[in-house]
Amino acid sequence: MSAALVIFFALAALAVIGAISLILQREPIHSALSLIVVMVALAGLFLLMGAEFVAAVQIIVYGGAIMVLFVFVIMLLNAGEEERTNFSKLASYAGIPFALVVTGFIAAAIVHSSSALPAAMPKGTLTDTRTLSTLLFSDFVYPFELTSFLILVAILGAIVLAQREN
Amino acid sequence: MSAFLTQYAFLIIPIIKIAILVFIVLTVDAYLTWIERKVIAHIQARWGPHRVGPHGLLQPLADGVKFIFKEDPLPAHVDKVAYFLAPFITLMLALTSLAVIPFGPQQFTVFGYRTGIGIAEVNISLMVLFAITALAVYGVALAGWASNSKYSLLGGLRSSAQMISYELALTLSVVGVLLIAGSFSLREIIVKQTNPHLGFLGWNFFGFSSETVGFTQIIGFLCFYIAAIAETNRVPFDLPEAESELVAGFHTEYASMKFAMFFIAEYTSMITISCLATILFFGGWLSPFPTTPFWHFTYYLPSVILIPLGLWVIFDGMRYETVFGRIVLPGVGSVMVAIGAALIVFPVVNDNIQGVFWFLAKVFTFLFIYVWMRGTLPRFRYDQLMSFGWKFLLPVSIANVILTSAVILWRMH
Amino acid sequence: MVPTNYYLILSAILFGLGIIAFVFKRNIIAIFMAIELMLNAVNLAFVAFSQSLGKVDGEVFVLFVIVVAAAEAAVGLGIIIMTARTRRTLNVERADLLKL
Repeated sequence: MSAALVIFFALAALAVIGAISLILQREPIHSALSLIVVMVALAGLFLLMGAEFVAAVQIIVYGGAIMVLFVFVIMLLNAGEEERTNFSKLASYAGIPFALVVTGFIAAAIVHSSSALPAAMPKGTLTDTRTLSTLLFSDFVYPFELTSFLILVAILGAIVLAQREN
Repeated sequence: MSAFLTQYAFLIIPIIKIAILVFIVLTVDAYLTWIERKVIAHIQARWGPHRVGPHGLLQPLADGVKFIFKEDPLPAHVDKVAYFLAPFITLMLALTSLAVIPFGPQQFTVFGYRTGIGIAEVNISLMVLFAITALAVYGVALAGWASNSKYSLLGGLRSSAQMISYELALTLSVVGVLLIAGSFSLREIIVKQTNPHLGFLGWNFFGFSSETVGFTQIIGFLCFYIAAIAETNRVPFDLPEAESELVAGFHTEYASMKFAMFFIAEYTSMITISCLATILFFGGWLSPFPTTPFWHFTYYLPSVILIPLGLWVIFDGMRYETVFGRIVLPGVGSVMVAIGAALIVFPVVNDNIQGVFWFLAKVFTFLFIYVWMRGTLPRFRYDQLMSFGWKFLLPVSIANVILTSAVILWRMH
Repeated sequence: MVPTNYYLILSAILFGLGIIAFVFKRNIIAIFMAIELMLNAVNLAFVAFSQSLGKVDGEVFVLFVIVVAAAEAAVGLGIIIMTARTRRTLNVERADLLKL
C-alpha cells in the first residue's frame, strides 16, 4: 500500500462523501458546502496525478469564483429548506436503482476496456506549466479566443438578466 | 532509529517545521497587536497600553487570557454548521498560506530529505497563495449568513463582495512579476531579482535585474498593495467591520474564542501579504547592498543594529518605574546584545542569517506601513470602494500587464 | 502509483451521483449544483487520460471545461434569479404551468 494509493483512497472517499452529502442535505447552502468539499478533493486528486496548474485553476476558478456565485445566489434568494412533495412514487423507487445500474455499466465498461489503454499506469511526473501554455496558445489558440468571446457574451447576458424591470 | 527517521523524514521534518512556524507566527501575531496599538496611540498623541507589563508588553498575554476565560455564547437560530465552520475555515486558510513562503535562501539535506527554510517548496507556490485567497471569501460569507442577524448578513455580503472584486486586481497586478521571473515558484521569483553589482536596483520594484529582462513594477506594486489591503479588510477598506458603521460587521455574533480565531486570521493574513509584497516586489531575502566582495562589510549590519538597540533597552529598563520592568527589560536588552556580539564572533552564523534578517526587516516595514495607514487614513464609503476596485484598479492592473509584456518583448529583441 | 482505472471508476461514481442528484433534488439551485458535479467528474476523467497517455491535451481541455462551466453558471444563475422573482419559489415541481 504505497503512500500514493493511501492518499488516493482518502481523497476519493472525501469526494464521494461530499457528493452523497450533496444529495442528502436539505438546505441548499449545505449542499453548496458539500460541493466545495468535492471540488477541493478533486483538486487534490489532480495534484496527485501531477497536474498542478489544473489543480490550482480548479480551486481558484471553480472553488473560489463559481461556487462563491452559487453561495451568493442562495443567500440572495434566501433559499430555505426543500419542501417534501411527493409527486411521483415511480421516480423515487425505480430511479435510484436505475442510476446505480447506469453507473455500474459505465464502470464495468471502463474496467473491461482497460487493456485498450496504451499505458495503464500513470507516469507520476509533474506537468510543466510551460508545456501546457505552449500547447494552449499554439494548437488551441482558436478555441481559446472563442472562450474569451463566450465569457464576454455570458457577462453581458448575466447583466441583462439580473437587472430589475425599471 | 536512524533508519526509521530516514524513511519517514519526509513526514517528520515538515511537522517539526510547522510546529516551530505556527508558534513563531502566533507570537508575532500577538505582538503585532501590541505594535499596532502603540503605534496608533503615538500617532494620536497618547500612550498605548503601558500598564500591563513594562511598556505594555504583556498586554497581548492579558488579551489572550481574556479570550480564553470569556463566555462563548451560541446565539439561537444560527445555522450551526456554517456558524462553527466559518472561523475555522478562515483561521485554517490564513495559517496554511504561510506554508509555501520561503523565508531564506538556504537549502539543506536532513536525513536524506532535501528542504529549505520554509515548509513546502512547491513549483506553483504563487498559485497556491491565490487559491487560498480565493477560498478565504467563504469564511466571511458564511459567518455573515450563519449569524442570523441583519448586521452580520449585510457586513458579510459587503465584505465578501469587496474581497471578490479586489481579488481580480490582486492576481492581475502580479502577472508583471510572473512575466519577468518566468515561473510561479516564489523562490525562483526572488532569485531572478538578484543583481550583484547594483543591489537593491535589481528588485522588481526598480527592475534592473541581472538575471532576466526586467521592467520596473512600481504600478504593479501599488495595485498589489492596495488590492491586498482590501482583501484583508483593513483600513481604508474596512467598512464591513468598522465599529462605528455596522456594529462589527460579519463577526458581530461571534465572541471569545471564535472571535479570537477571526482576529488571529486577520493578522496572519496581514503577515502573509507583507511577506508576499517583499518576495514579489522587493527581493525577498536579498540584501539591498551589492554582494561583490568589496561590500561584505555590510554583513555586520544585523549586529550594528542589535547591539545599540539592546544597550538602549538595558538603559531604559534600569530607569523604569516598576520592579518587574527593572528586571525584565535589562534581561531582554542583554539577550539582544549577546546575540549581536555572537553574530560578530561567529561569521558562519552571520553569513547564514543574512537572508532571514533582510526578509524579516522588509516584512516588518510593510507591517508598519499597514499599521501607519490604520492610524492615518479615513475609510472609504462602500460604493466608492467598489467603484475604485472595478473602475480604476482593474484597468490599471491590466494596463500594467500590457506595458510590462510590451517592454519585455521589445528588450528581448 | 495509482492505476488509471481507479481514477476512471471514481469519475463514473461521481457522475452517477450527479445524475441521482439531478433527478431527485427539487430545488433548482441544487439541480444546478448536480450539473457542476457531473462536469467535475468529467474533468477528472480528462486529466486521468491525459496523465496516462502522456499528452497535455487533456489538461488544456479541462481548462476549457472550467471556463465554459463558469460562463454557464453565470447565465444559469441569472435565469434562476429571474424565475425565482416572478414565481416566488425555487421548487421545480411548481413550474408546471404548461402541464395538461
